[in-house]
Amino acid sequence: MALVLTDEQAMIRDSADGFFAEKAPVSELRRLRDARDEVGFSRELWKAMAEMGFAGILVPEDQGGVGLGYVAAGLVQEAIGRNLTLSPMLSTAVLGATAIIAAGTGEQKAALLPRIAAGDLLLALAAEEKSRHTPNQVETRAEPSGNGFRLTGRKSFVLDGHVADKLIVVARTDGEADDTKGLTLFLVDRDAAGVTVDRTVMVDSRNAARVTLDGVQVDGADVLGEVGGGWPVLERVLDAGRACLAAEMLGLSGESFRQTVDYLKQREQFGVKIGSFQALQHRAAHLFCEIELVRSATLRALQALDEGGNAALFVSLAKGKASEVAKLATNEAVQMHGGIGMTDEFDIGFFMKRARAAMETFGDGAFHSDRMARLMGY
Amino acid sequence: MAESLDAFRSEVRAYLEANCPPEMRQPFQSEDDAPWGGRNFKWSAPQKAWLDAMAAKGWTVPTWPTEYGGGGLSKDEAKVLAEEMRRIKARPPLQSFGIWMLGPALLKYGSHEQKLEYLPPIARGEIRWCQGYSEPGAGSDLASLKTRADDHGDHWVINGSKVWTSYADQADWIFCLVRTDFSATKHNGISFVLFDMASPGVSTKPIKLISGYSPFCETFFDNVKVPKSQLVGELNRGWDIAKYLLTHEREMIGAMDTGGSGPGLGQLAGKLIGADADGRMNDPILRGDIVRADMDGLAFMLTMERVKDEAKAGQGVGALSSMLKYYGTELNKRRQELFMSVRGSDGLMWEGEESRNGAQPRNWLRSRANSIEGGTSEVQLNIIAKRVLELPGA
Repeated sequence: MALVLTDEQAMIRDSADGFFAEKAPVSELRRLRDARDEVGFSRELWKAMAEMGFAGILVPEDQGGVGLGYVAAGLVQEAIGRNLTLSPMLSTAVLGATAIIAAGTGEQKAALLPRIAAGDLLLALAAEEKSRHTPNQVETRAEPSGNGFRLTGRKSFVLDGHVADKLIVVARTDGEADDTKGLTLFLVDRDAAGVTVDRTVMVDSRNAARVTLDGVQVDGADVLGEVGGGWPVLERVLDAGRACLAAEMLGLSGESFRQTVDYLKQREQFGVKIGSFQALQHRAAHLFCEIELVRSATLRALQALDEGGNAALFVSLAKGKASEVAKLATNEAVQMHGGIGMTDEFDIGFFMKRARAAMETFGDGAFHSDRMARLMGY
Repeated sequence: MAESLDAFRSEVRAYLEANCPPEMRQPFQSEDDAPWGGRNFKWSAPQKAWLDAMAAKGWTVPTWPTEYGGGGLSKDEAKVLAEEMRRIKARPPLQSFGIWMLGPALLKYGSHEQKLEYLPPIARGEIRWCQGYSEPGAGSDLASLKTRADDHGDHWVINGSKVWTSYADQADWIFCLVRTDFSATKHNGISFVLFDMASPGVSTKPIKLISGYSPFCETFFDNVKVPKSQLVGELNRGWDIAKYLLTHEREMIGAMDTGGSGPGLGQLAGKLIGADADGRMNDPILRGDIVRADMDGLAFMLTMERVKDEAKAGQGVGALSSMLKYYGTELNKRRQELFMSVRGSDGLMWEGEESRNGAQPRNWLRSRANSIEGGTSEVQLNIIAKRVLELPGA
């Protein structure tokens, strides 16, 4: 597949750019943060995103979605990154939809996918238990009980867990704490008995949650995929999320870079524009190259997901590289803005905060470097 | 279209199968195997047979027009030819600065007569060219060059010297930047001329490098007579041609020996250094450095692919050759440092058969020049700052 956007994809990019710049620019993030909004995003916006087809971008057409695939989803995430838009796009439209498409039964798909596409159902992936991403470290247990299971354990960093209608819980039906075998995915109603959700407000003004499961009873119909066979599904879901996060970081890196280059052309010191200083020019030119590399790696990863085979190598390349470059881009942005870059009044700091949170989500540069090396056999 | 390409592929496959000698179906063993061509080149019999077979079709320069010795192939057909050559591991029949650099410049700026005169001998490997650009006082600031061409009616008389002239001691002709207007601003008085290295007054002296190799020369011009018909393009507009050519050179250097195409550094390291029970190579910090270089290498390779695909689709931004040159060469230097680290004291062996006469340290040292030749990394960053980012005063 050529590493260019098709005409259809270029149209999606343009319409996503226009939509988010108009409806959910950075000022909207500031407004929601300052209002200490309990939901943390605008439900109205999410409805509008559903009408645009974004909520159902991965959902097949016969299930009420638009079925445009991961390259398209990545283009939406890139626009979200540029505008630092708050929305449940990642948790629901990417992670949730991928899980159900990959592992759902016919009934589960019919019941859930059309509601995702319509913007009526919010999902959250409850996988992490450690503060550093280690998805195989699962101590949450699912013990057989009646015609189903009883879930007990604690989950952290559950993105949008505070508002999700349903949680996708990764629990252990077999094996030791770090085995990849013996994991099972469950669909759990957030208001089920024994589920406690504590909202955690994060540095990037997004919301995650700690979820405590205290003997939560689920039945066999709530199992997503095969009992004990959850790992490959989880990897697929995480890889989808990672590639889309790479796209989001591409967007935020590019936008913070654009604003920084603009600033270099305006700000004067010593009687000249600071952009005329070679010390800054070379750093900016280097950063330009790094962002171009992220664009190529991200597009390839999203294409690999659309191709349906094992996308792990390209996904780790994209997520690892995008994380490192987002860190560089946003740190350079603050440094080159000087004192004003440190003020809350100025937007550039929001980009650095989101970059850090996106890096920590589903594996940073170090995690994905290690994964790349293992995939390459060393 | 696809059907005719398929037919073309069968034709190519049959021709290569019939005409590529078995000796030409293995990688170069040493620098001596490189088929540079030219008046003094000693062709082996299989090399000559392979060259003649390819030149007969115009396939040493597949996309050049047939009237100038090329194959007249479309980009897609040329891709098929390259794929079919790769399939049988065929060596390139000919490599030269004539093909990579002068040819593209002549095709764009040369007169029909010049193309007829100079291009076919390049395509047949008869004339080997060198490039006269840098001077002792004009490196990164190339446009300040001082080699002068004085007007003597029907010819010029050239005086001055060039440096870092690749293989000048083995080249037959030179394409050379000379100053023809001494009062104009520095970019506006330069002309692009061609002349025979056998002309009276031309001399060369090899430069020994830190690697021990001598691929470059100093080149001296002492009252060299050059007919005016050997000017390419307009008088005093040679800088346009120089810039165009440097773009080609950058792409070539940037694409050499880089990340994804290189041998597996991590795999080699795992073998030499050992691995733990999980297969993770034993030196974890070196492993981290290697995988970062591999990631950048793969992302860089994808970027080269994307730039090509975007160019085909009529998209993309300019000045990308500077990006590819800068990133590709810096990456190659990083990889060479890592190869040295992986091999440890074995990588220090400078002589002897075991080390293939010090191939590793010599390659490492040679690679230091990657970010200097063809415009330094700093110059590439200047170009990106100016042309892409449009920063002030750059």
